[in-house]
Amino acid sequence: MSESTTDASEEGDATITLYRLQACPFCERVARTLSEYDLDYQSRFVEPLHSERNAVKRVSGQRAVPVIIDERTGVTMSESERIVQYLDRTYGEA
Amino acid sequence: MELPFDVVDLGPAEHPQSGEAAPDFERPLVTDEYWEDVALSDLTADGPVLLVFFPMDGSFPATYIWNEITERGWGSDDDLTVVGLSISSPYEHKAFISDADLPYRLFSDPQNGVAETYGIVHDLDGMAGVSEPRPAAFLIDGDRTVEYAWVAAEWPEFPDYDAIAAAIGDL
Repeated sequence: MSESTTDASEEGDATITLYRLQACPFCERVARTLSEYDLDYQSRFVEPLHSERNAVKRVSGQRAVPVIIDERTGVTMSESERIVQYLDRTYGEA
Repeated sequence: MELPFDVVDLGPAEHPQSGEAAPDFERPLVTDEYWEDVALSDLTADGPVLLVFFPMDGSFPATYIWNEITERGWGSDDDLTVVGLSISSPYEHKAFISDADLPYRLFSDPQNGVAETYGIVHDLDGMAGVSEPRPAAFLIDGDRTVEYAWVAAEWPEFPDYDAIAAAIGDL
């Protein structure tokens, strides 16, 4: 396997963390936007049960996903619509 | 444990030995709250790592091995990172960590590729198409050199915990 050679970490330098739930369409939308802008991001997959998402609550003050943390700008944000707008504004071509 | 019959002999394994490089890999690493892709080299960058391959979550060896490691308190200080790896899914790992109250993180490798890289594949008799790692423990230092290696030669076989403890003491 090629991954046994040197450093297997592909996203070690990612400055954006995406808290996401597997198969959540809102999360996929944000992931797709991150990919469109060619941004490195580290995915953290959380618990489906809303009441147990304390990791999300600790970073964002609420338990809904997606949440992104952008270390480059110091922004922590929830709600996919807002996040996509933020990404368009910050990393978009226009 | 003395049994009045021979247990299954797995034969020798072509695994990394003491003094050799531990192959790097990246897999989802599961905590009690989430999982994210992490490379072995991300962990060794912070110091020595004890990597424990164990049978799938729910099997009695998985429970025995992690009970013993938890009781011994390995990795409870900052000098050593202890992580496990099995073929169980991240969801199963989360449940296992939570049910057993494990203070450890576990890699999820359902396709068993890491065991292939480490030469410790165990094709399970009676479970068609399922293979997992042999029980194994690798103590790996900060530059990813293997300091101690143990791989099961029989099924079942459990780690020599005292030997691992001695190797940890020698770091």
